[in-house]
This record gives sequence, C-alpha cells and structure tokens, in this order.
Amino acid sequence: MDEIFRGFLHALRFIFSADPALVEIVWLSMRVTGVALFISTLIGVPVGAALGLTRRRARGLIAALLYTGMGLPPVVVGLFVYLMLSRSGPLGMLDWLFTPSAMIAAQIIIAFPLVAGLTMTAVQGVDANLPLQVRALGANRAQEIWTILREARIGVIAAIVAAFGGIVSEVGAVMLVGGNIEGKTRVLTTAIVLNTRTGDFDLAIALGIILLGLAFAANAALLQLQKRGGD
Amino acid sequence: MAELVYRIRGLKKEYADRVVVDIEQLDIHTGEFLVIVGPSGAGKSTLLRLLNFLEPPTSGEIYFQDQLLGASSPLLEWRRRVTTVFQRPILLRARVRENIVLGLSFRDERADDRIEKILARVGLSAFAQQPAHKLSGGELQRVALARALVINPSVLLLDEPTANLDPYNVGMIEEIVREHNRAQRTTVVLVTHNIFQARRLGTRVGLMLGGRLIEVNATNAFFNSASDPRTAAFVRGEMIY
Repeated sequence: MDEIFRGFLHALRFIFSADPALVEIVWLSMRVTGVALFISTLIGVPVGAALGLTRRRARGLIAALLYTGMGLPPVVVGLFVYLMLSRSGPLGMLDWLFTPSAMIAAQIIIAFPLVAGLTMTAVQGVDANLPLQVRALGANRAQEIWTILREARIGVIAAIVAAFGGIVSEVGAVMLVGGNIEGKTRVLTTAIVLNTRTGDFDLAIALGIILLGLAFAANAALLQLQKRGGD
Repeated sequence: MAELVYRIRGLKKEYADRVVVDIEQLDIHTGEFLVIVGPSGAGKSTLLRLLNFLEPPTSGEIYFQDQLLGASSPLLEWRRRVTTVFQRPILLRARVRENIVLGLSFRDERADDRIEKILARVGLSAFAQQPAHKLSGGELQRVALARALVINPSVLLLDEPTANLDPYNVGMIEEIVREHNRAQRTTVVLVTHNIFQARRLGTRVGLMLGGRLIEVNATNAFFNSASDPRTAAFVRGEMIY
C-alpha cells in the first residue's frame, strides 16, 4: 500500500514539476499511439465500411482474416515487424528498426484489424433498409455510404476506442522493435517494465498512473463524442 | 387526358427465376392518384421499387416522362424526381429536423423556410429539435412523409404508409397526401391492402395478383362495375388467393 501511495505522490510531483525526461516519454507515447491510431482509422474505417456494405459471401474470407487479426498477440506482431525491418529483412533498407517509425508500424498492424473489423460490424448493424431509403431520397453512391457511416458512428467510435486501448497499453511489440532506448524510443509502457525490473517501483507506479490517466482522458473524450452521436 | 409520367410495356421482374412482377401494360398520368391493391406477395412493393428506379427490370420497357429506361438513362436525376415512403419509417438516429433536411442535402439545396412549413403541416413543429427515435410510430411516419414532400417530387410512391397506424394518424396522412396531390399536381402511386383507403383516395384503382395487374379502372368503376370477376370478388371481400 505504501508503495502505491508513494508512487501516487511521485506521479503528482512528476506531473507538476514537468520533469523533462517524463515529458519526453509521455510525448513520444502519445505521438506513436496517436499517429498509429490516425493511420489505422484512415485506412480501417473505409475498409470496414466497404466490407460492411459488401454482400455476405464476398466478404467471408476477409472478415475471417480481420477477426483473426483482432486477436493478434502484440509480441508476435513485434517479432514480425522486427524480422521485416532487420538488416537482412525485406524492408531493412528503410533503417527503421529501433526508431519510433518501427513502433508506429507495429501499432498500426495491431490497431488496423480492430478498427476495420469493428467498423464492419457497426455498418452491418445499421438498418438493412436504410440504403434503399437513402437512394429513394436521391442519394448518390458517396452520399449513401457517408449516411450509413454516420448512422453507424457510435460503433465506429467504439472501434477507435478499442483500437486506442489496444495500442496505448501495448508493450511487447514496441519493446521488440523500439528497443526501449532512452531519449529515443522509450515510451510509458516500456519505461514501466524497465523501472519494475530495476526495482524502482514508485517511479513505475507513477508512470502507470500517468498512463492510466492519459488513457482515461482519451477514452472520455471519445465516449463524449459517442454520446453526442447517440442523441 | 393528362400527359404520361410512366408508360410501362411488358415489364417483368424476376428473382432467381421467380416472376414477381409481370405487367403487360400500365400508363400513369401526371397528377393522378393511382392506388394499387392486392394481397401480400402480389408484387406491389416490387413495382414501386421499379418505379423509383431502385431496381432494374428483368425485361420490358419503362418510359419515364417520355424517355425509355436503359443503360444510359440518367438514373440519379430520375430518382431525384421520385421518392418513396415505406411502410416502416426508416429514420436516421438524429433530430427530426435533420431527418427532414436529408433529401434536400443530397440535392445540395438549402434548408430554408420549407422545413418549418412542412413541419407545421405534419403537426410536428414542436418536435423539430427532438431526437427522431423518441417519437411514436405515427409521428415517425409523419416525419418520413414530411421528408418526402419537402423535396417536392414529381412522383410520390407510398408503400402501405398507414398500415400500422391509428385512425388519427391515418386520417392526417391521407389528408396531407391528398392535399399535396391536388395543390402540386404530384403524381401519387399508393400501394395498400385497405380497399376503403383505396376508395377514399384513388382517382384510379388497380388490382395486382401474382405479379400481374388484373385490372386498372376509375375508382367508381373499379368498385361498382369491375370488368374482371376477380376484382369484383376482391371488392366484395372474398378470398381470391
């Protein structure tokens, strides 16, 4: 209990003193997760919407692959990205290994199936007669898809929330491809692992509390959006 | 005789080799109120989808305002002159006003005072800012009707719009549609099970059975001197299917 309490005080001290090392870790965590989530949303929402609007038989295999992807262990994704980006790998020439770019790539692979799969489910959940009604009101194809997506927005936001939760707390992949290098690729989750291993529990707890706070703030903002969409 | 909106010849619609609509000939005139009656599964709703260009026919000819429907027809433009109110109102999870504006937004038209006028006409001015999904069944259908009328279509297709409503809402919807038909010369095609409603509203009434149009006649003649014995039997309330 003492350690948790000390960790909590430590976190408050860190936050209010705006410790430069901590600010850097938090900033990098948010940057990596934010960019990965943005790209996953940019690709995942249209792919999920297209699949949701496609006839059942045609989307079968892709849907099965997406659902499998939703359960991918991050450490396996990390291993895959590591092999792809290693010097002898097919993408070795990018020289991304142990950089934030590699961490973003790994997080995109984790987040994309969540965004696309859950968006597909949300679009499938929209009234099956809505496309017909929208066309009867004079919508062109783009207007029809946009209207259906708007109608599925609660589910689409839930997909983004789930993907955010999946990557912000993820440690296996970013540890493997980022390497937890101080000042370069150290993020909140990898810093927590390091401080736990070195016995610096109150710092680990402080970082954990900050991570939870950030996750809570981001989810609260997304849920607020969802609530407004549901009214 | 008024000009034709639709001229239909040898129209067929099949689903997996099952003929759902098989109409030899049907002319629909500008400004008329045509009611199609018939039992469930007669092909009435499919006919409306064909008239709204939501589905292509399997074979046959549909002339819309003197232009033959074909591969190069401007379908979107035609579809924007016609609209359908379905039996079950399908509204967006949004406020009433946003629902009514939907068809206008597809046409890049501004939501001007037409919205307030139509809301007042359907008795829903006080509900404009309410979430649509909190309305009753009758109110929902009135929103759907307002959304259709506000775009001022040349042709209004009604697919059993009052089937599950109480007499107050039935009366109100019938009055609004009749008034719009007369004031705007909007062509109305109503599909219904209710022969009393057909009698109240139609300038002509047609009977559909098994995808075929058995008879189309002026309302009075349809009910009092039907030329086909099946029509006469249907009007008498006999089971003809």
